[in-house]
Amino acid sequence: MAERVALTGNDSAAYALKQINPDVMAVYPITPQTELMHKFAAYVADGEVVTELVRVESEHSAMSAVVGASVAGARAATATSANGLALMWEVLYIAASCRCPVVACVVNRALSGPINIHCDHSDTMGARDSGWLQLYCENCQEVYDNTIQAVRIAEHPDVRLPVMVCFDGFILSHTLEALEVNDDETVRRFIGQFERPDNLLDVAHAQTFGMFALQNYYYEFKKQQVDAMANAPAVIQQIGDEYAELTGRSYGLLDAYRCDDADVILLGLGSTMGTVKQAADDLGEQEGLKCGVLKIRSFRPFPAEQILQAIAGAQIVGVMDRAVSFGLGGPLFHEVRSARYGHQDGPMLDFIYGLGGRDLGLDDAKGIFRSLADASESGRYEPTTRYVGVRE
Amino acid sequence: MAELLKKDEMKPGAIGEGGTMANLYTGSWRTYRPVLDMEKCIHCLRCWILCPDSAVEISEGKRQETNLQHCKGCGICAAECPVGAIEMKLESEFMREEQ
Repeated sequence: MAERVALTGNDSAAYALKQINPDVMAVYPITPQTELMHKFAAYVADGEVVTELVRVESEHSAMSAVVGASVAGARAATATSANGLALMWEVLYIAASCRCPVVACVVNRALSGPINIHCDHSDTMGARDSGWLQLYCENCQEVYDNTIQAVRIAEHPDVRLPVMVCFDGFILSHTLEALEVNDDETVRRFIGQFERPDNLLDVAHAQTFGMFALQNYYYEFKKQQVDAMANAPAVIQQIGDEYAELTGRSYGLLDAYRCDDADVILLGLGSTMGTVKQAADDLGEQEGLKCGVLKIRSFRPFPAEQILQAIAGAQIVGVMDRAVSFGLGGPLFHEVRSARYGHQDGPMLDFIYGLGGRDLGLDDAKGIFRSLADASESGRYEPTTRYVGVRE
Repeated sequence: MAELLKKDEMKPGAIGEGGTMANLYTGSWRTYRPVLDMEKCIHCLRCWILCPDSAVEISEGKRQETNLQHCKGCGICAAECPVGAIEMKLESEFMREEQ
């Protein structure tokens, strides 16, 4: 039986991980993720899970322990934020190339410096080329649901790649929300058993893991990763559909809100999309502006085809980026614009916002919609990249 | 040379058969070569236990010559030998001799 509970984002992820009951969790604290592992460590101490909790001396070691456990046939997971993810960097690529289907909850936080503990997406955006799948969450319900689905997506034989479940630091991690949780048995049945085809501990058939591959083989291994990632959209959709049958909550690659007849559409990731949806409702009712919101759930793989379908009817498209690629602009904006090239015309604006946890309120979100509508009406689209709320 | 495997013939995740290092020649990395004085050797096999590259070969409990295909010249054997039977000599000296 499903149950309605009140949990913070960190506790939602910890609760999902308790029900997943991984064989191995490697833990190292960093704000704002720390409470997630506190909670999970309490489950271990109380005997509610069988997980071997490995307390390591750094995030580099946490990810290394997870890779080691995974090639030895364990279902393994970890969690981190910001600089912790940066310290995992080297091993993120190894987890993906060793085809370790592990899950990492990343509580989004601005990368230093200046040192800051609040939310932006500079940490996970930097890891977008590491070969991991990335799912972004809007609220605590999605944190819980995505963590459970991540296990299935990662371990699917057509994919076998690691998955990051990304959710906004403090805004979600430390905010208590009402959500529905499944019973333990439902989760256990949904995720099933993890069977690794090649197992490091299978000494009767000794194999080399993490092999050296030079000019004559490295390239083919990389193309295999490309192919696995190309299989991922269908798998994400299929597992989302299965989960919907079980819980009534449906998940796909993205979530289109009021997009069907919208003149102005805003795309983005994470918790801000909740605020933007409210702004779209208000502007529709109060000012007759037809606003739509396209929330990207799966940033990797990038759902180009589905995005094009959802924004096809818009007069103007805005993209919200909670990270900046210095010397370029917003990463999400540039990927969306690149996806449209040769298929779809139409003006686009990029809105950088919320760096280092700078708040974005309902009025700011409405302001973004209005500036898009103004640009569309006047035909003036400069500057392309706009920095919302910066003092200058 | 054997034909290279194509992408879909390869096991995903860079997993290969076990024990393949034995077939590789990694001795070329060496700067110093361990030279064993068989007269002094007491066959305690400490070098065999400690060699990180399994380059110390034994037969029926007796120390044999070092396998130079895998020895990288780290010098652990010479440092740990209790009777000083192993001397590390510059590879360049052997190159001169061989010429």
